[in-house]
Amino acid sequence: MAQFSKITSFMAPLPDENVDTDQIIPARYLKAIDKKGMGEALFADWRYNPDGSPKPDFVLNDSKFQGAQILLAGDNFGCGSSREHAPWALTGFGFRVVISTSFADIFRSNSLKNGLLPIIVDAKTHESLFDLTEEAPSAEITVDLNDQTVRLPDGSSVSFPIDPFSKTCLLNGVDELGYILGFEKEITEFEGSNKKYLIGK
Amino acid sequence: MPKTLFEKVWDSHVVTQQPDSPAILYIDLHLIHEVTSPQAFTGLRKRGLKVRRPEKNFATMDHSTPTHDPSLPIADPLAAAQIRQMETNAAEFGISLYGLGSPKRGIVHVIGPELGLTQPGMTIVCGDSHTSTHGAFGTLAFGIGTSEVEHVLATQCLLQHKPKTYEVRVDGTLSKGVSAKDIILALIANIGVGGGTGHVFEYTGAAIRALSMEERMTICNMSIEGGARAGLIAPDEITYEYLAGREFVPKDSEWESALAHWKSLPSDEGAVFDKTVTLNASDLEPMITYGTNPGMGMKISDRIPDPASYSDASHKAALEKSLAYMNLQPGIQLLGKKVDVVFIGSCTNSRISDLRQAAAILKGRKVAKDLRVMVVPGSMQIKKQAEDEGLDQVFKDAGADWREAGCSMCLAMNGDQLEPGQYAVSTSNRNFEGRQGKGGRTFLASPLTAAATALTGKITDVRTIL
Repeated sequence: MAQFSKITSFMAPLPDENVDTDQIIPARYLKAIDKKGMGEALFADWRYNPDGSPKPDFVLNDSKFQGAQILLAGDNFGCGSSREHAPWALTGFGFRVVISTSFADIFRSNSLKNGLLPIIVDAKTHESLFDLTEEAPSAEITVDLNDQTVRLPDGSSVSFPIDPFSKTCLLNGVDELGYILGFEKEITEFEGSNKKYLIGK
Repeated sequence: MPKTLFEKVWDSHVVTQQPDSPAILYIDLHLIHEVTSPQAFTGLRKRGLKVRRPEKNFATMDHSTPTHDPSLPIADPLAAAQIRQMETNAAEFGISLYGLGSPKRGIVHVIGPELGLTQPGMTIVCGDSHTSTHGAFGTLAFGIGTSEVEHVLATQCLLQHKPKTYEVRVDGTLSKGVSAKDIILALIANIGVGGGTGHVFEYTGAAIRALSMEERMTICNMSIEGGARAGLIAPDEITYEYLAGREFVPKDSEWESALAHWKSLPSDEGAVFDKTVTLNASDLEPMITYGTNPGMGMKISDRIPDPASYSDASHKAALEKSLAYMNLQPGIQLLGKKVDVVFIGSCTNSRISDLRQAAAILKGRKVAKDLRVMVVPGSMQIKKQAEDEGLDQVFKDAGADWREAGCSMCLAMNGDQLEPGQYAVSTSNRNFEGRQGKGGRTFLASPLTAAATALTGKITDVRTIL
């Protein structure tokens, strides 16, 4: 898994609340059997006109926000379908961080497995970050996972929560499967004592 | 200490929990479909891993499969390749597959219960958010991403943080014309699409106990639309009656010992939930959504809210954007609104009881002129049962399109889709922008409301024709 420690970038603002994974990547792009090219399909229906040309008023087509590695998103980002294609599309496009006040559970879990850091901030900080993208779109902020802080252009910083396990995995680029495989003995013991379910006995 | 149903299932599946780490949770049943699994099997090959317990993994094909005449080839080469890949992966890794041509194929959340794979007290996962459906049996069932699909294939385990509990108590009695779908749409309208985030629901109360297993599945199915990864209902006699005799359900003395275990699962007297909400079924009416998330729902006789009345700026902006997408005015009723398509199907409402309800409305009548009505059974077994009961003939005589089993227009991956600008009344679970086809506009409702609307071509309160 991609390692994550520190990133300095300006933010692309997408204030809509309850952005669902069908918007992040529509179902018609889910027929792929690999992870290639998902960034092209990111927000496809909001980003492109029916003829494939870019919609000029969508944030990802705005020249001010080209190259942003941080997506500043509205409340409850990533609700709906469990498709991991959503974080694949976001990282494929170049995002490494999404900041919001809340994330849907499955999206959050999928993001952490793909080196995409979901950061939860309080409503006041959230609003001030949106203000910043309006007043100074090129202003950079620094996300430091080790310190669990977001440093703002005025020198102040806000801290964000993350569970210690996910933090360690991201900092070291460790993937969870390797961790679970390390408990082979415990899993085998559990299987020996858990015979309630007869399927596959 | 008294425990909730969820806590009992959770506690009995923790393999180990290290300090500062999530639990390693054992998974009793893993269901697989063609869309969210290919990259997981690729991951196994890259690491040289096998499937740890192939007999606890079952695969089917539902999302990208056509619902037209099965003798015709699959028109979309990408869908065809994905289906072939599922066949290859199941064969190579020794996993049972209910594939194209299998009389047991169907929507993954329909066939699990139908085959008796889904049993009380289990942990069940699938790379699909509507895995919450199986919670109707008192299982802890939730959707996972493709990385986690790979984890379960390789280890039969997942790393999970323990969620909080949320009791959804539904008292009272449903009125005529009001159904399980209306309960869950009313809940989501009440708590919002993020209301259950970080929690699992347990549905309790007299109105829930009175529901059939199929109706309970409709409710649990849409737990995810309320933000909860899982939603459980304690097993009872209705559950055991549904399960008895199904293919994978234990038989004879094993049935007796399973039953004894299942009866120990319901939440203990005095068990405490982190959160509770109460609805009264007696107050409910048929529900319909007007916006672009399932929380934007109202009683069918209500008027669409006015964004100007919202004090929260982002709620206001969201409603304005939704109504612009839906091309609807605030303050109007949806009753009488002309629609182009009626879709009866999906893992929410494609079971035999849903089809019987719709057929009872359509029997001896005709669907409205210029209206496309699609009826898509949830599985090939349901299709056969409906045909044995003559329901297919009722639908065809009425002018509806009777299809092969699959997810179909719920997510429009297989070619069944709305045209841009079209309106549909749909018994599915998501009314997101473009969900049923790019530019398509969805009103979520019950099978009864969908069937009533099919007759008139306009959004109709089923109670006016019962």
